[in-house]
Amino acid sequence: MAEEAILGFLESHAEIADSGEFAAQHGIDHNEVVNVIKSLHGFRYIDAQDIKRETWVLTEEGKTYAEAGSPEVQLFLAVPPEGISREELQKRLDPSVFKIGTAQAGKNKWVEMGKQISRKVQHVDDKVKDMLTRIKDGQCIDADNIKALKARKLITPQTWKGYSVKRGPNYAPKRKKAATDLTRENIQRGDWRELEFKEYNFSAKGPPAEGGHIHPLLKVRQQLKNIFLYMGFEEMPTNNFVESSFWNFDALFQPQQHPARDSHDTFFLKVPSTTRELPEDYVERVKRVHESGGYQSRGYGYEWKRDEANKNLLRTHTTAVSTRMLYLLAQKPFEPKKYFSIDRVFRNEAVDRTHLAEFHQIEGLVCDRGLTLGDLIGVLHDFFSRIGMSKLRFKPAYNPYTEPSMEIFSYHEGLGKWVEIGNSGMFRPEMLLPMGLPEDVRVIAWGLSLERPTMILYGIDNIRDLFGHKVDLGLIKKNPICRLGIN
Amino acid sequence: MPTVSVGRDRLFAALGRTYTQEEFEDLCFSFGIELDDVTTEKAIIRKEKHLEEEADEDEEVIYKIEIPANRYDLLCLEGLAQALRVFNKQEDTPQYSIRNISKESMLKMHVKPETSQIRPYIVCAVLRGITFDEASYNSFIDLQDKLHQNICRRRTLVAIGTHDLDTLKGPFSYEALPPSSISFVPLKQVKNFRADELMEFYKSDMKLKKFLHIIENSPVFPVIYDSQRTVVSLPPIINGAHSAITLKTKNVLIECTATDLTKAKIVLNTMVATFSSYCEKKYEVEPVEVIYSNGESFICPDLSLYNMEVSLSYVNDSIGATLKAEEVTSLLNRMQLSAKHTVPDEGPCNITVSVPPTRSDVLHPCDVMEDVAIAYGYNNIPKRKPASLKPLPLNQLTDLIRLEIGMNGFTEVLTWLLCSHKENFAMLNRNDDGSAVIISNPRSSDFEVVRTSLMPGILKTIGHNKDHPKPIKIYEVGDIALLDVEKDVGATNRRLFAALYCGANSGFELIHGLVDRLMEVIGVPFVPAGDNTGYYIERSNEPEFLSGRQASIISKGKQIGHFGIVHPEVLKNFDITDPCSFVSLNIENFLDF
Repeated sequence: MAEEAILGFLESHAEIADSGEFAAQHGIDHNEVVNVIKSLHGFRYIDAQDIKRETWVLTEEGKTYAEAGSPEVQLFLAVPPEGISREELQKRLDPSVFKIGTAQAGKNKWVEMGKQISRKVQHVDDKVKDMLTRIKDGQCIDADNIKALKARKLITPQTWKGYSVKRGPNYAPKRKKAATDLTRENIQRGDWRELEFKEYNFSAKGPPAEGGHIHPLLKVRQQLKNIFLYMGFEEMPTNNFVESSFWNFDALFQPQQHPARDSHDTFFLKVPSTTRELPEDYVERVKRVHESGGYQSRGYGYEWKRDEANKNLLRTHTTAVSTRMLYLLAQKPFEPKKYFSIDRVFRNEAVDRTHLAEFHQIEGLVCDRGLTLGDLIGVLHDFFSRIGMSKLRFKPAYNPYTEPSMEIFSYHEGLGKWVEIGNSGMFRPEMLLPMGLPEDVRVIAWGLSLERPTMILYGIDNIRDLFGHKVDLGLIKKNPICRLGIN
Repeated sequence: MPTVSVGRDRLFAALGRTYTQEEFEDLCFSFGIELDDVTTEKAIIRKEKHLEEEADEDEEVIYKIEIPANRYDLLCLEGLAQALRVFNKQEDTPQYSIRNISKESMLKMHVKPETSQIRPYIVCAVLRGITFDEASYNSFIDLQDKLHQNICRRRTLVAIGTHDLDTLKGPFSYEALPPSSISFVPLKQVKNFRADELMEFYKSDMKLKKFLHIIENSPVFPVIYDSQRTVVSLPPIINGAHSAITLKTKNVLIECTATDLTKAKIVLNTMVATFSSYCEKKYEVEPVEVIYSNGESFICPDLSLYNMEVSLSYVNDSIGATLKAEEVTSLLNRMQLSAKHTVPDEGPCNITVSVPPTRSDVLHPCDVMEDVAIAYGYNNIPKRKPASLKPLPLNQLTDLIRLEIGMNGFTEVLTWLLCSHKENFAMLNRNDDGSAVIISNPRSSDFEVVRTSLMPGILKTIGHNKDHPKPIKIYEVGDIALLDVEKDVGATNRRLFAALYCGANSGFELIHGLVDRLMEVIGVPFVPAGDNTGYYIERSNEPEFLSGRQASIISKGKQIGHFGIVHPEVLKNFDITDPCSFVSLNIENFLDF
């Protein structure tokens, strides 16, 4: 009703100057008018400007006096012309009316106060009641009276809000139905032409898309796997976590007293504690090369113990698998191979921001006749430039099973320094020749963790935020596609 | 990797020049060691005690340097400085010699058979006329610590004892006796202890308690006596106080007891080679004869050179270089390996390398080859790039986007590039804007133009799948062709992504959410309108979409696509009775990030 009144009025009038007056004139509650104005303004049918006015309203006390008369008049009327005792008068009146009434009537010199109370004038007007009634009716009274009523806490100020209203850009004498969506029914009925859409908020995002998400670390793994495939590497079977010390260490010419073989660094197994079998003739050759050398080597010159080699462990590197693969390769007529793997390895380490007891190792190796350090450097440049690390340099290092050994450093533009990113080298003849590989076959290999480049890539400084049960699922969901190998 | 701490100024003095930190780091990098930390003695103490005092200006700077685990000769300042001086061609590798004395006047160490039960090996040597100052004395003690920690595997394999020879009188005997019968004043104590009581006493000693397990449960303890039955040492735990070395000590007896003879020899050689530089006769060591009860004996230390034949072709073929024999020998000299080469008239050229006693890490010609490569410089080796393949970045990106959208519950469609002129324009409420490649000889009206958007194919798919349960969520990533005057042939491909929702409702918000998700996986942040660092959405007015429910996607300041409720007239054109929302954008914009 209010909506029709407003839109109708504006059809022939330029403006509604005051919504309060408009409401009064049309006999509509002002609150209803205000609600309609707000809604029409939202759809830009009209333009509304705020109006504010200070008005006075009666307090609860003021309302009772407007009905029953002021306490002083009530008191006056309770005093009979012959007078009355104070006690008797008190009985006839409400205590607050008596209290306020005596004070005000005394002040007005209407009654004589004493033990006996008597009238001093014969007739009084209840001006207070008159003024309260006028305020209640929205009429104005003068400032002195306002002040007096305010002092007696019979009235209180109130801000009145209303609007002045003009036609808006979407003005129409009748409102179209506001739609939030186009439905099948709209199309069937053909009423889509009539639809007026509610304003859509494009400055907010849409509702979150429902769907699944892939783990960020495995996205990186997928891209690295692709890189290896493009480089012509085939994947090694690394789905075997339990390994013997022999394949994990001894076969790699890693001496039995090497610190990495301490229980401080490696998880040894209670069950199954030892390996059931090893290739005996190969074991014999490995034992000999450790103890006394051969193949032009001096060996380590210590007593090699079979028990130590039999001990089972959780593999500390995927190179254990590479060793098995190279051994298998040596059992057949030689053919060159390029192998890679990306899988879990284990270290008996305290977990902190950069270390976990298990992590992923990336490993690549090339096995061929006549390979050189130049080939290793070349393949490292090819691999690392694909993951955005094209500025490399190499530092001499020590590793029991590679000689030469090269630590790989990459220049990190963000950090402004060289960062170690991996290890590489050429497998020692003491590792390869006991397997039975031809003497001119050389193996170049490199390794790095999957976690470290991923942390650098995504700016993660705590490894536990990337991998394990403490990760925030929200971060997994937010993670973008991995562009490694694309650009 | 072991780390040694050396005073920077002493190190530079020993190197005969000063370096900036960067210069020194470069030297380390090329030699294969690493400057791990720069600190001061006081800073280390402050750190240990968690004090927060200001550093003094004049505190001595300490370099903590990481050493390869097989280079025991670099575990102290003397050895490190010598290796770097030789590497820098400031001096030649020293020649160590054994003092020429008769077997009769040689000190003797008699080994009793019982030692085989607990710690069977001992090797000894004497340094005569040594002069310690405080720094070299500390270094002498530190080196023993470092060796104990590393090659000696916390004294289990080898334990070193050093003694003031002038307080003792040979010949010596190495025995193994019941603990109760051994009694002496140990180092740093004043009281006499019986060996079994001493073990009990050391259980509360932070430094020594970790070595007790090595002999604790043995019925006999190893012990070394001199001819006066003075206890020289109770290896591998403690020396006797009697023969303690001091700054004033002139003649030093070094003994190494061991369960591994090879490592004992390496440890002894490292000790004598390093500290013979402080002897009156530089690099000269006095030998000791070790005599077993079965009459076998040998003289130690063995400072002889180990000769290794390495062929020049092996070195070059492994490195991938073409070095001449003279170059190889001079590179090897810088690595403390003196080398000579044969000059054959024909046939292969061989290099004879003399491996000094300090270089126990050289086991095989490959170790020599590595030293050539290090001295030559790893970073000077010419690289050989292997044959390998590079995928097309645009197709890789396409595949990654396809998977992400599939994971959001959309089904992939693969539609035709060719369509009718009407489908490409009029049926989409569009006028022919002259952008399409037009076929001159179409066999039917279905193949008149190459599509300029993915919309016709996707709408045709919906129109032909009326009976499929709703909602339908489909997508396609594929090429369109547009006329392009820049191209030789006048047309070019564009890679677009498009997705559509069809159901009882338009799914407009769902498509909006999909746009956000796509931008998230691409890694473009949502930004306020006008910001060119990310993407935002702006109201649009395209004829194929319903007014008020359509928008442009602006990424990094560039309009890359649109989404909206498909106009009901367009739906009708394709015989679709359910509302649809559609998004399309150019993914080539996401290539260069």
